[in-house]
Amino acid sequence: MAISEKRAILTKNELISMYKEMLLIRTFEEKAAEMYTRGKIGGFLHLYSGQEAVAVGFISALRPDDYVIGAYREHGQCIAKGTDPKYVMAELFGKVTGISKGKGGSMHLFDIEKGFLGGHGIVGGGMPLAVGVGLAIKYKKEDKVCICFFGDGAVNEGAFHEAMNMVALWKLPVIYVLENNLYGMGTPVYRASSIPDLIRRASCYDIEREQVDGMDVLAVRDTAERSIRLAREHSEPRFVEAITYRYRGHSVADPGQYRTKEEIEEWRKRDPIVRMERYLKENLFITDDDLIAIRDEVNAKVQEAVDFAESSPFPPPDALYEDVYA
Amino acid sequence: MAQTITYREALNQALREEMRRDSNILVLGEDVAAYGGAFKVTEGLLQEFGPERVIDTPISEEAIAGTGIGAAMVGLRPVVEMMTINFTTLAMDQIVNHAAKLRYMSGGQIKIPLVIRAAQAAGLQLGAQHSQNLESWYAHVPGLKVVAPSVPADAKGLLKSAIRDDNPVMFIEHEALYNTKGDVPDDEYLTPLAKAEVKRQGKDVTIISYLRTLILAMKAAEHLADIGIDAEVVDVRTLRPLDTETIVGSVKKTHRAVIVEEDWKSVGMGAEISARILEGAFDYLDAPVMRVALAEVPMPYSKPLEQLAVPLQDDIVMAVRQIMGKA
Repeated sequence: MAISEKRAILTKNELISMYKEMLLIRTFEEKAAEMYTRGKIGGFLHLYSGQEAVAVGFISALRPDDYVIGAYREHGQCIAKGTDPKYVMAELFGKVTGISKGKGGSMHLFDIEKGFLGGHGIVGGGMPLAVGVGLAIKYKKEDKVCICFFGDGAVNEGAFHEAMNMVALWKLPVIYVLENNLYGMGTPVYRASSIPDLIRRASCYDIEREQVDGMDVLAVRDTAERSIRLAREHSEPRFVEAITYRYRGHSVADPGQYRTKEEIEEWRKRDPIVRMERYLKENLFITDDDLIAIRDEVNAKVQEAVDFAESSPFPPPDALYEDVYA
Repeated sequence: MAQTITYREALNQALREEMRRDSNILVLGEDVAAYGGAFKVTEGLLQEFGPERVIDTPISEEAIAGTGIGAAMVGLRPVVEMMTINFTTLAMDQIVNHAAKLRYMSGGQIKIPLVIRAAQAAGLQLGAQHSQNLESWYAHVPGLKVVAPSVPADAKGLLKSAIRDDNPVMFIEHEALYNTKGDVPDDEYLTPLAKAEVKRQGKDVTIISYLRTLILAMKAAEHLADIGIDAEVVDVRTLRPLDTETIVGSVKKTHRAVIVEEDWKSVGMGAEISARILEGAFDYLDAPVMRVALAEVPMPYSKPLEQLAVPLQDDIVMAVRQIMGKA
């Protein structure tokens, strides 16, 4: 890899903001789980708890006008891209004030103003879309980039291979971020992929690639800086595999009996939020009081999101036939 | 003044004129650039507009469709050529799950100004995997528009309208029509989407069709006139949204309807059109609605068998005679 390994230099404010963002996503997700069990949220609810460092590490390195495409575990990515959590929570509640006016739900969050291009419920489905976004960026001679997040299940879809080939062939500014949380629903990677070392999937397309500890937000941020620079300055794609873990099942309805408690505990020891807390205390002299203040602020924001969702109306009957066509 | 040109040239003119008008329009697909398109519809576009706007893709239908959608999401107006509709089966996820849904699922935040062109045909001895008419698959899906021109003037005017439309449009062409000629206005014009056209006035029976079978229906109507049956012919032109008003209006006038389609009869376009007629003109009908359609088989290669499967002009004449009680 020709790319420099130099660490991104981050200010104290940037570091705190990354910590706060991860904590916000975690708190939001745990609150969403509670709301699901109380019957406030329907359908599928795929939570991001454990994977926060990936979204925050990458998206914090973007410009506001850059694009992000997610899959169906995308609440954290949407929030990291700048959407107010109250609009996300309202969407989960199916309310008209939701980011997709209650038409999308958990798997279909969109915030076009913020450059968040969805929320796609078909495994691998967002990957070809990113090719088109990259093509448009290059055609318009912009210096934006597009990050496309997907899970380990997607690497076995045809869409993955078609998209990787085209993005490399056309040298488009797209960063494909594989969030390898070790399970495609309940099936571990080694039972689904002939090459369990998934980073190698990029090699046959000759795409610059890198593997990163997805539980370490600073490592992810470093990788993100390098990848984004490559895409932005040289209009080249990049493939990153972030090794991460979801604490909960595939969705809230999944008790996750295909994994052991011990395995989950092992991963919790590497928790990205706890690690970041330690880093802030040791390197930036952040005190416990400071952390409590941040926690209070985050809790208040999530409670505000729930209150907003609760008090918002459902879409009116007329909305049923709206927005089928432009 | 009008020019007499082929269906293929009409489509080519539509692409050229629109690309000259709006630099956000790109053409992409398998062999659309250097090769000029499998059916030569995109011939000369590379020379005029260059490789940044006329883009050869790998043979990767799902990603081609997805690329078109992604580019449309962020402001371009791509025209994707899928070569034949048979290959769109590989792109169904992108077309049905993404193109058709993104606007609705995003609460109206997204528009997908995308045209997917695909040719189809039955009866050219191409065997079962290259002889399917799948228009009803796409016409089934809310969020998509489906267009199917039968004559050069409509091919040009409808393609221009489809390109300017802010929705994903499945633009279905017919392989056997590319060399057919017709008059096309010299001046700039658009043919409106979602509007059927009465291509021949008549009072005894309405024949409703589109694409190649519309041409057969017109010929059948001439033949029927010789034996004293005055048939009206409606060209549906857009399959979704379907112009029920024109279809039902014609049947209310003639009191009889024969629907001619080149897709399978079961769950096909004819079934939908028939139901619309029953919903809108039941009391006006003097006879049950009849359908002429493709045999319910995968298409055989052998010429005599294939001719048994496809709807022919004589089948239309016979159906009309039967519905008129003159079999």
